[in-house]
Amino acid sequence: MAQNAEHVLDHVELFRGPEYQQMLTNKKKMFENARDPAEVERIREWSKTPEYREKNFAREALTINPAKACQPLGAVFASVGFEGTLPFVHGSQGCVAYYRSHLSRHFKEPSSCVSSSMTEDAAVFGGLNNMTDGLANSYNMYKPKMIAVSTTCMAEVIGDDLNAFIKTSKEKGSVPQDFDVPFAHTPAFVGSHITGYDNALKGILEHFWDGKAGTVPKLERAPNEKINFIGGFDGYTVGNTREIKRIFDLMDVQYTILADNSDVFDTPTDGEFRMYDGGTTLEDAANAVHAKATISAQQWCTEKTLAFIAGHGQEVLAFNHPVGVSATDELLMALSRITGKEIPEALARERGRLVDAIADSSAHIHGKKFAIYGDPDLCYGLAAFLLELGAEPVHVLSSNGNKAWHDKMQALFASSPFGQNCHAYPGRDLWHMRSLLFTEPVDFLIGNTHGKYLERDTGTPLIRIGFPIFDRHHHHRSPLWGYQGGMNVLVKILDKIFDEIDRKTSVAGTDYSFDIIR
Amino acid sequence: MSFARTESTEEIKARNKDLIQEVLTVYPEKTAKRRAKHLNVHEAGKADCGVKSNLKSIPGVMTIRGCAYAGSKGVVWGPIKDMIHISHGPVGCGQYSWGSRRNYYAGTTGIDTFVTLQFTSDFQEKDIVFGGDKKLVKLIDELQELFPLNNGITIQSECPIGLIGDDIEAVSKAKSKEYGGKTIVPVRCEGFRGVSQSLGHHIANDAVRDWVFDRLTPEKSRFESTPYDVAIIGDYNIGGDAWSSRILLEEMGLRVIAQWSGDGSLAELEATPKAKLNILHCYRSMNYISRHMEEKFGIPWCEYNFFGPSKIAESLRKIAGYFDDSIKEGAERVIAKYQPLVDAVVAKYRPRLEGKTVMLFVGGLRPRHVIGAYEDLGMEVVGTGYEFGHNDDYQRTAQHYVKDGTLIYDDVNGYEFERFVEKMQPDLVGSGIKEKYVFQKMGVPFRQMHSWDYSGPYHGYDGFPIFARDMDMAINSPVWRKTKAPWKAALEPRLMAAE
Repeated sequence: MAQNAEHVLDHVELFRGPEYQQMLTNKKKMFENARDPAEVERIREWSKTPEYREKNFAREALTINPAKACQPLGAVFASVGFEGTLPFVHGSQGCVAYYRSHLSRHFKEPSSCVSSSMTEDAAVFGGLNNMTDGLANSYNMYKPKMIAVSTTCMAEVIGDDLNAFIKTSKEKGSVPQDFDVPFAHTPAFVGSHITGYDNALKGILEHFWDGKAGTVPKLERAPNEKINFIGGFDGYTVGNTREIKRIFDLMDVQYTILADNSDVFDTPTDGEFRMYDGGTTLEDAANAVHAKATISAQQWCTEKTLAFIAGHGQEVLAFNHPVGVSATDELLMALSRITGKEIPEALARERGRLVDAIADSSAHIHGKKFAIYGDPDLCYGLAAFLLELGAEPVHVLSSNGNKAWHDKMQALFASSPFGQNCHAYPGRDLWHMRSLLFTEPVDFLIGNTHGKYLERDTGTPLIRIGFPIFDRHHHHRSPLWGYQGGMNVLVKILDKIFDEIDRKTSVAGTDYSFDIIR
Repeated sequence: MSFARTESTEEIKARNKDLIQEVLTVYPEKTAKRRAKHLNVHEAGKADCGVKSNLKSIPGVMTIRGCAYAGSKGVVWGPIKDMIHISHGPVGCGQYSWGSRRNYYAGTTGIDTFVTLQFTSDFQEKDIVFGGDKKLVKLIDELQELFPLNNGITIQSECPIGLIGDDIEAVSKAKSKEYGGKTIVPVRCEGFRGVSQSLGHHIANDAVRDWVFDRLTPEKSRFESTPYDVAIIGDYNIGGDAWSSRILLEEMGLRVIAQWSGDGSLAELEATPKAKLNILHCYRSMNYISRHMEEKFGIPWCEYNFFGPSKIAESLRKIAGYFDDSIKEGAERVIAKYQPLVDAVVAKYRPRLEGKTVMLFVGGLRPRHVIGAYEDLGMEVVGTGYEFGHNDDYQRTAQHYVKDGTLIYDDVNGYEFERFVEKMQPDLVGSGIKEKYVFQKMGVPFRQMHSWDYSGPYHGYDGFPIFARDMDMAINSPVWRKTKAPWKAALEPRLMAAE
């Protein structure tokens, strides 16, 4: 018997013991009709070849291990960035269970969201009753300041009209007439979670700026000195948003963070559950129309939102996950240009410290080859930083990247001598990445938790940056943006590089290269 | 100090009834009426728990339930390791259910085993407009080319498939024929069907019946039976549960010819009609196929419970009762062998857990089955309920598991659950990931009882020490002494007692 009360073995050790290994061997031999191990090995080797890669890249219908989720997840993520806001997803209820779990697993935080729980009868007759009853229940139970509605693929396929449904529900008294219920159609079969973020944020701004679905006059823009900032769908929203606020404060800029969910995904454990915490106030959301300019940290997360804002007369500006020295320089200079505020010495010194750190360490990164996958902006930001470090982002893959992303990535590669053999892969998945890593190996892989399968298959060490990160804790609390964020990313990369050298040189009987000084 | 130890049963009942009334006041009248039927205080001697179940969730509340797709792909089919399970429809469902249930298996992932891959048809707008059948045809060809060692394919329908009227059955039949009779199973588990994941389990069971059993041929029955052949049904091998169960059955002299469905294979499904007894752990998700095998193949089935030594011993004897003396002796031998381990675990952990109270809210079998394990450690379950239980689950709960006065809540939502926990102040809440952080913020120790909080196994004798350790570390973690800042409030006695 392997198990022991004094030293309790859990799954990590228990099943590695001889009793269980024997049991598993017998099961396989006698009952599983398992394939011949030689045949398994042959196919495994074949799956690493250029021939397999060619077949793999010829896929047209099948997607395997995509690095993207669906629209409503992004809508929920954006919605909880507003004060007292309850996301309400119109459609079948399982989806909401999934969004809540997904966000909770990444942030290790509660995630509140309701569904209109549509079933077969709603599929036939439409989901109006579900909307009417649902809004009334949500309003009474959870006392929100705003309910932000989005849809699932079910509601979209049957063609439910949110604008009409919300209007009818208000007439039936589900919520008061003047209660804010912005909405966005977010079909899961269009785009990805970043599209949903964009649609939901636009829907909320449209609600406040353009007359609350025809119930009040549209706001007249009276320009002021404020700057709006949008973070986009960002797994590091807790660390990043706070870092951006710190930078704005240092620059003495007046600002509004739109969809600021940094507090709701980082509430204290102190005996109280805060269903709503922080967030952009509804007043600020409305007044954001008057701002001088809007800056988005992620271009492909905010395309429609920025077009909408630009249509109201503001300057808009988009970055691509500003990681590293140059990207932060550009952000600060843009901010300085727009506001007329000088970049303070404190930030210049932070910049100098990041440059100092790079100078100290770049010898270890220079010329190293990387593969990156994730959302299009994150990929761009990380690739740009790697080029800045003298590394080569050889494969950059984005399941939800498009042609414009591809072209912009290729232009980035063309701008640097380190980008000469680098390629961007839009619309591809992690099984494509597997072929790339086998046929054109790199030194390190950067991506989310799902990359651990690639790490195991291909032996490429994984640096975890992205969304979701389920199997490591609390990374989202540290920023990636700004000079301090750049420092965090640099340290993450260096730690993995040094761990790899140690792993390779930690061999009993040899003491060469197993250094304590680097 | 929990209520259960200071109040009489009558006082507890009265308090729980008041609590239900108080919670209902927040709802609009119509909703309060509906929810009232799902909340009750258990009366000893009653045949069930006195709550309605398996009804539609109320719109706009934070139901904890999932959908039929989650029941089929996430629970029943997904863990079958040598088949490829296609999440047919948009990208999200497959993405969110990817690897989240920790159904452990042994195999070469991506080559002959596929559980932790996410295969999807990633529907785009044009697939909705023109239908997805053509894409599915091509997708199956691509699977065959890239994964030649797959032993079968299932098509797990997401919401749009049923709504746009795709004929996945016709595609399955045609492709199966084209690939020499390959097992290709269409599963109509669209998320809008039914009221929870429960219907998905049923649909998945029916798909096994129609697309695996009904296609069994003599050459597929390559199997030599013995009088001691059993199949484990309704164990998903979360954290390796089915393995810590299987080892006991083998030790008592039985031969486990199939695992459903954790670490299971298509060959094992096909072999099951030759079993002498089907032993059923999760009644809710797999009673349907067990009943079918009883009717069609004459295989008896029996429920068992491998949580905690009392129930394990009871179950081992119950299973042995279907066999001859050699197996009955085997059961006694196994119970005796593990008794020292049980004694050591209880001696170590019971003093740390004695008298602690627990509130549960989970799915499947766990709202009742784990009660015995808590009781083995001197703990008391003061509230329980099912995400997607049916009346027969509440009957089993009432007749075999819960005490007089236990608070019962069916399809509880976030609001109700929070109020109940706030008022009852249990020492531990056992529920899922969506509830975990809510209660921890409130300073209440918590364990995820769907996934064992990334620990496990919890089944069998090897699982019991892990269960005991995990409950101890949750309840007695020093962190709970830190939730109140010392300058804000004195620590509550309940938390002090954990030292």
